[in-house]
Order: sequence, then structure tokens, then C-alpha cells
Amino acid sequence: MSTLTLAAAGAASEHRPLIITLFGCFVVATLFITVWAGRQTKSAADFYAGGRQFTGFQNGLAISGDYMSAASFLGIAGAIALFGYDGFLYSIGFLVAWLVALLLVAEPLRNSGRFTMGDVLAYRMRQRPVRTAAGTSTIVVSIFYLLAQMAGAGVLVSLLLGITSDTGKIAIVALVGVLMIVYVTIGGMKGTTWVQMVKAVLLIAGTLLITFLVLLKYGFNVSELLGRAAENSGKGAAFLEPGLKYGATATSKLDFVSLGIALVLGTAGLPHILIRFYTVPTAKAARKSVNWAIGIIGAFYLMTIALGFGAAAIVGPAEITASNKAGNTAAPLLALHIGGADSPGGAILLAVISAVAFATILAVVAGLTLASSSSFAHDIYANVIRRGQATEQEEVRAARWATVLIGIVSIALGALARDLNVAGLVALAFAVAASANLPTILYSLFWKRFTTQGALWSIYGGLATSVVLVLFSPVVSGKASSMFPDVDFAWFPLENPGLVSIPLGFLLGWLGSLLSKEQPDRGKYAELEVKSLTGVGAH
Amino acid sequence: MATEAPPPRGGADTVPVQLPTEAFVRTQQSEEFGELRRAHRSFAFPLTVAFIAWYLLYVLLSNYAGGLMGTRVVGNINVALVLGVAQFVTTFLIAWFYARHAAEKLDPRAEAIKTRMENEPRPEADA
Repeated sequence: MSTLTLAAAGAASEHRPLIITLFGCFVVATLFITVWAGRQTKSAADFYAGGRQFTGFQNGLAISGDYMSAASFLGIAGAIALFGYDGFLYSIGFLVAWLVALLLVAEPLRNSGRFTMGDVLAYRMRQRPVRTAAGTSTIVVSIFYLLAQMAGAGVLVSLLLGITSDTGKIAIVALVGVLMIVYVTIGGMKGTTWVQMVKAVLLIAGTLLITFLVLLKYGFNVSELLGRAAENSGKGAAFLEPGLKYGATATSKLDFVSLGIALVLGTAGLPHILIRFYTVPTAKAARKSVNWAIGIIGAFYLMTIALGFGAAAIVGPAEITASNKAGNTAAPLLALHIGGADSPGGAILLAVISAVAFATILAVVAGLTLASSSSFAHDIYANVIRRGQATEQEEVRAARWATVLIGIVSIALGALARDLNVAGLVALAFAVAASANLPTILYSLFWKRFTTQGALWSIYGGLATSVVLVLFSPVVSGKASSMFPDVDFAWFPLENPGLVSIPLGFLLGWLGSLLSKEQPDRGKYAELEVKSLTGVGAH
Repeated sequence: MATEAPPPRGGADTVPVQLPTEAFVRTQQSEEFGELRRAHRSFAFPLTVAFIAWYLLYVLLSNYAGGLMGTRVVGNINVALVLGVAQFVTTFLIAWFYARHAAEKLDPRAEAIKTRMENEPRPEADA
């Protein structure tokens, strides 16, 4: 386990009451919002889609809050601080990916679906098998993403609050889990959306403040900031060029291409992002929300340059790696130093940034839990098990129970996974989403020959391939940084499966449709196509 | 077969207009809808291919053209950083460009078809 540096440890233990107070304020405020939202949550549309009454701007803010996870905030800042330019490549992939959602997915999805991704995937198809498949892949993607956030919460807390005992970390993971169950079961989509909006504002404000202070220190001269970062990194000019993390071998370069493809194609297949498009009244509002999200998320990722290179220049790699090998504490350490390591200012900034990071994790886990419990209740329970005969009340009750169940499962898994490499889990979620969900979404909306068999091959094929390839990759075994470093059953050389599994997902969808005996339902496709482009009969 | 019964009133969800499948088939084959589809596809598809190609070019350059990427432009700012920030700029531009295209070319057409279909007199069918 990594050790805290003296400065951070001193500030953290000295100002622990402050950190806990700020975090407590966020929890109390969000619980208040949740209860308020819960009182207005009556119908299924309220629970799943927040009553579809949010504006484009509100939803754009909530999307940003849902998307900018702890992996973005802590992970990217840390990756830039340690690997320089290569860390910044994540920021670019995560942002460009939004164009797929904007141009091809957001509006048609809003027009033709109701509550879940499965609504659109199953529209033209035989309901039960396709909804089962869509529900399965939604839950798998969300659980992997959820695990990464829960494990991240444990790491963060142990570093910032100085809790290093296993019991302490498990207690924190459990606390996060219980809070997310409360947010989602009581507040539904409305409560979750407001929590995400509050978090997005806090995160942007915190990042802006640190960015401003970093730039101020270098007289708003970016070149000088970069120069100091390169000098302080000990790597010189190479720190500002691609290749430090991924340039070592031909395999690692290929891995980088694989990661790049998974990032850019994964976003538009992430179920917790897709269900956000149902919270606005029209496709036009869905478009507006994506445009706002692109603006907010883009501004945030641009600021990761200042955060990451600032941490390299001001904190330095030695102190960052001493605190956390993966660099996850670079942003909080930067806050401490820029505010003055021995002054109250530094401690207050550290506390603020730590509280923002907690808020980030809570808002993202709430979104993920809602996505998976919605899909369980709406796709699997209501449409597969009850064959569409469940009443709205029964469906929402099932969603609430599913939330509790998923919460408990992720507390258990999160407690087990607390020392695992979280980056691998997030990248896996993106790769699975791009391999299993995106091909089916695009074929469903735009290809008239697509059939039930094509959808099933694509979802299960993409899902199985990506999960199996990760299982036999260096992420799981064979390397010092693996989940199980002591055994080696890795035969797939790449850490990210996207390069193989995404093309395979597309290929299987195409092949499955061509080889199916069943003719595509032309009438249903006419309905879906007309609805998706015009919004006729949209909920 | 209709898979979902319209939700009971009382919630905030609107009850959508139910139209028979034939109405959708007729619209799908109409000239008017063909134009809307063309206006969407001829804009969104090539642009998607273009930005993915531009992004992949950037990824490949980062991987295999280290010398070029390391060339300094101004002070410590090199080609890699300029190209990286250029990805942000093109993303913002494409988002803005699409919003403008949609407002001018897609929304009026979609609105017209939607209004016509929802107001079309139709036989008393319980489809």
C-alpha cells in the first residue's frame, strides 16, 4: 500500500475535520434534494426519466456530472502528471466521442425510446430475446464501471483521510453504496439528475479555481508552465511528447490504438449516458443537452492540461508517486501545494478538492445504479418476465428493489476490488459498450435489413469477446500491475480488447442478419425510422 | 404487435399518438421523408467518417511520428499539443455546425411531417 507524503499526511490529519465537514455538507444537501425529488416521483416516467421536464441546459450539466467520473478527474490529472503528454490523450478521446452521440444517437434515441436503451434495440425485433440481451449488457457494462468507481472511492479515502485499515476502506465503500441506494430508490431519476448537476457545478468550479491559480503562478504563460513541468519531471522535452506511456514497444503502441478506438466509440453505447436523453421533452432538447455537455466537458478536459502539468511542475513526480503509484492523488496534492503547503489556504483547498472528488464518485455511481436497475425492471422484469403485463407501480417497485440489490452487489464487489487497478475496469466498460451496444444501436436505427439474430449475435458476441479478451489480458494476470500478479494465464497481449472486439461486434451484427432465416420486419422499421427522425408519437 | 400499453394518466409522461403501421410505411416512402432522411444522412454520415478519420490520424501520428509531434512551434509548445488542442477545436466546431444544420435543414422538415401525420384524418382503428 502506498504511503502518504509528510505534507499531505500532515494536512490531511490536521484538517480531517474540515474535509469531513465539507463532504458532510454535500451529503446533507444532496439527501435534501433527494427527498424533495422523491416526493414528486410518482409515475414510471418520473422514476426513470425525471418526468422528462429538464431543459437542455440542465440535462447538459447533468450529463457532464454523469460523465466526468473520478477516473477523469483524478486519473487523467495523475496520468498527465506522471506520463506527460500521453495522459492528455485520454482527455481527447473522451471528448471527441461525444460527436458520435450527437450526430447519430441522441436524437433518434430520444424520439423512439421510452426509458432504456433496450426500448430502441428491441423496437423492431422479437422483444424477449433482444431485451434480455440489452438488459444483460447494460448490467455488465454498468457493474464494471461501478466497480471502478467504488474501488476508486476506497483509494481516495484512504489517501485523503489517512484511513489505511481494510475495515476503514470497506466501511467507506459501504457508505458510498448505501448513499447511492438512498439517492436512487428515493429520488429516482429526478433526484439523481439534481445530484449530478450540483456535482458538475462543484467540479467545474473547483477545477477552474485550481487552473486559475496554476496559470497565475506562471503569469498565464502556458509555455513556461510546460517548460517547468518538463524540467521537474526529470524526463525533459520527452515529457511533452507522445510515447512515454505507450511508445515503448510495438505491442504497447497497438494497445494505444485499441484504447483510442474504445474511448471514441464507447461513450455512445454507455447505458447510463443514453438514459439521460430521456429526461428532456424533445429531440431538439436532447441535441441541446449534448451541445452543452460538449462545451462543459471540453472546457473541463482542456483544464486537465493545467491540472496535470501543473502537478508535475509544482508538486513533482517524486511526491506524487510516493503518495499513490498510479498518480491518483496528483490533483489533491496540487491543490495543497498551490494553496501553500503549510498554510491554512492549502489545507482548505485540499479539503475542497477532496470533497469535490467524493461528490464526483457519488453522482456517477448514482447514475450507473439507476441505469442498471431501470434496465432490469423495464427490460427484463416488465417485458421479459411479466411479458408486458406488469403495472407501472409493479415496475417501479421492481426498479427500487433492483437498486437495493445492485447496491449490495457493488458494495460486496467494491470491497473485494478495493486494491485493484481501476483504470482497466473503466477501459473495459468502454470497450464492452462499444463492442456490444453501439453496433446494435446503429444497425437498429439505420439499417433496414437488421434482424433479431443480428442483434443477438452482435450484443452477445461483442460482450463475450471483450470480457474474455480482458480476462486473458495483462490487466488480469501476468504482470506486476495485474489484478493477479502471481499467476500468468494471459495470452492476449493487449490491455484493451477494443481493437478486436469492436470490429467483431459490427461484423457479427451484419453476418447474423444476412444469415438469418427470419425476414426483417419492414413495417416496424418504417415505424422506427419515421419516429426516430421526426418524433411522431414520441413519449 | 404493440409491446407497451400507453401509461395511465397521472404521471408526467405524455400519451403518444397511436398511428397504424401503414401510416408510417406511407410516410417512409414519401418524397418529403426521403428528403429529411437525405438531409440527415448526407450530413451526419460523412462528417462521422471524417472526424473519426481525423481522430485516428492523430492517434497514429502520436504513435508513429514522434519526430514530427515533438517539433516545437512556439516556446515549449510543440506540434503534439497544437494537434491535441485542434481536436478540441474541431469537436466544438462540428457540434456547432451540426446544431446549425439541424435547425435549418432538419427541424422544419421533421416538424412538418410530424404535424401532418398527427393531424391526418384516419379511420377509427384501434391499432
